[in-house]
Amino acid sequence: MLAIASDLAVDPFVFRLAIFTLACFVGYFVVWSVTPALHTPLMAVTNAISSVIIVGALIAASAHAFMGSDESVKAAFGMTRAFGFIAITLASVNIFGGFLVTQRMLAMYKKKG
Amino acid sequence: MSANLAAVLYLVSGVLFIQALRGLASPESARRGNLYGMAGMAIAILTTLFAIRLDFMTLVLVLGGLTIGGTVGAVIARRIAMTAMPQLVAAFHSLVGMAAVFVAAAALYAPEAFGINNPDGSLHLQSLIELSLGVFIGAVTFSGSVIAFAKLNGNMSGKPILLPLRHIINLGLLGVAIVLVFMLGGTHGTGQEAQSLFWILTLVALVFGVLLIIPIGGADMPVVVSMLNSYSGWAAAALGFTLENTALLITGALVGSSGAILSYIMCKGMNRSFLSVIMGGFGETAAAAEDDGVERNVKRGAAEDAAFIMKNAGKVIIVPGYGMAVAQAQHALKEMANLLKEEGVEVKYAIHPVAGRMPGHMNVLLAEADVPYDDVFELEDINTEFGTADVAFVIGANDVTNPAAEDDPTSPIYGMPVLNVWNAGTVMFIKRSLGAGYAGIENPLFFRDNTMMLLMDAKKMVEEINKAL
Repeated sequence: MLAIASDLAVDPFVFRLAIFTLACFVGYFVVWSVTPALHTPLMAVTNAISSVIIVGALIAASAHAFMGSDESVKAAFGMTRAFGFIAITLASVNIFGGFLVTQRMLAMYKKKG
Repeated sequence: MSANLAAVLYLVSGVLFIQALRGLASPESARRGNLYGMAGMAIAILTTLFAIRLDFMTLVLVLGGLTIGGTVGAVIARRIAMTAMPQLVAAFHSLVGMAAVFVAAAALYAPEAFGINNPDGSLHLQSLIELSLGVFIGAVTFSGSVIAFAKLNGNMSGKPILLPLRHIINLGLLGVAIVLVFMLGGTHGTGQEAQSLFWILTLVALVFGVLLIIPIGGADMPVVVSMLNSYSGWAAAALGFTLENTALLITGALVGSSGAILSYIMCKGMNRSFLSVIMGGFGETAAAAEDDGVERNVKRGAAEDAAFIMKNAGKVIIVPGYGMAVAQAQHALKEMANLLKEEGVEVKYAIHPVAGRMPGHMNVLLAEADVPYDDVFELEDINTEFGTADVAFVIGANDVTNPAAEDDPTSPIYGMPVLNVWNAGTVMFIKRSLGAGYAGIENPLFFRDNTMMLLMDAKKMVEEINKAL
């Protein structure tokens, strides 16, 4: 039964691969249209948005072992929450720092007159 | 919140991130784009917070992390000097890399929390491979960025460090990493063994990252910074596959291609192949070959001479380089341009793609000094104009004006696009000494008749010119 089902249904991985591939092309065209004068803000803002990895950190921080799990599983979940906390902190530095420093830089670009 | 709604919201935040980059096509739209980016991030974070089980302890961890990290980030963003932007970006890259390592670790320790486990608690092989990729690229980004930071910040010499057999060591480390991923796959992600293998893999990646960056010299830093930007994106994308998260996938792809394109532009600006930059060691061999012992005439000038010539010029093109950033001379330079404009002189700025230590470095510094961005031109837009300029005012740049790139096939920088400053009536170089540039190559322009060398700290010299004007 399982074998038949897996033959008929497309693995969700393929959908993710499609999104990823198309996003690479979107990135390619969008970044080529960025004016060279703004390449430094581009790096700062890509820094900030790549910290969306914080979503993984938030899930990690909320990890709960099932009731009645043995000690080693509980310990692993404890570690996971610690990893989550560290990753939230690191990503937050980037999110706040990245967006604010970009804003500060962009505010400086002025036209003549 | 239903899983479908969450997935749609992550997609919305991914689209907002695309808008954030799209805005950077022009300075006017960029400010709005940045707001889109912030909105996208807020949506991604809030969506996740609604989707997870928020008990008291989780709330403490989340708010604690956000507050501590957010405060540190905000303070840094407010205080950092614009000249230190390359270091800051390198430091930020390292944090993304480190965060990726910890998220990957979390996914391995508690796959149930991410819903990527089989019913028996083991991990899908596919997830294991994805998170191995994520942790490897993340750790390389982290340690590579730390080295790049140390080089840019001056904690470490910018000189390339060339280990013997470094290419073989690097290939060996890659081989070890692949074996470790296979072994990790064999454990199905369960037990002490999987965790040990994971951390060994992290360690191998950290060493690899260090070895990757130490042989690359200071002049190639724009490529390194762009490359690490790209890596931080790929690390995020790999984890986007593991966590099955659209926002992370889209962002990873955007950032990855952004860094790759910037690396390409920087390499093209130096006429080097990406591979030769990665192999490292540029500037080592050339430096040894300098000083052929021939005494040549150099025409030195004083601030008064420079002021006199520029005051009577019709058009002055300013060529800033890394030396301007080091001397923090951008404000004095802007004042000089204002004084010249009052005298009726046309003033423009010419920027080489690899001027400074990161892409767009000079543009930010000039913007900081209130130079209007429509006075600032890229190489291809202004290069033909030097012929009509009376003065080319080169401040802290060297290699990017070297005519050897066009007429000396034996020069290491032959073929690199350069600013044709020598077509101007007079070329003025502000430099601290007559030394060679970062590529270790002597600039024959220094010895030409229509060149005037202004040997002093860039900021002091410009201030003295301003006094004389």
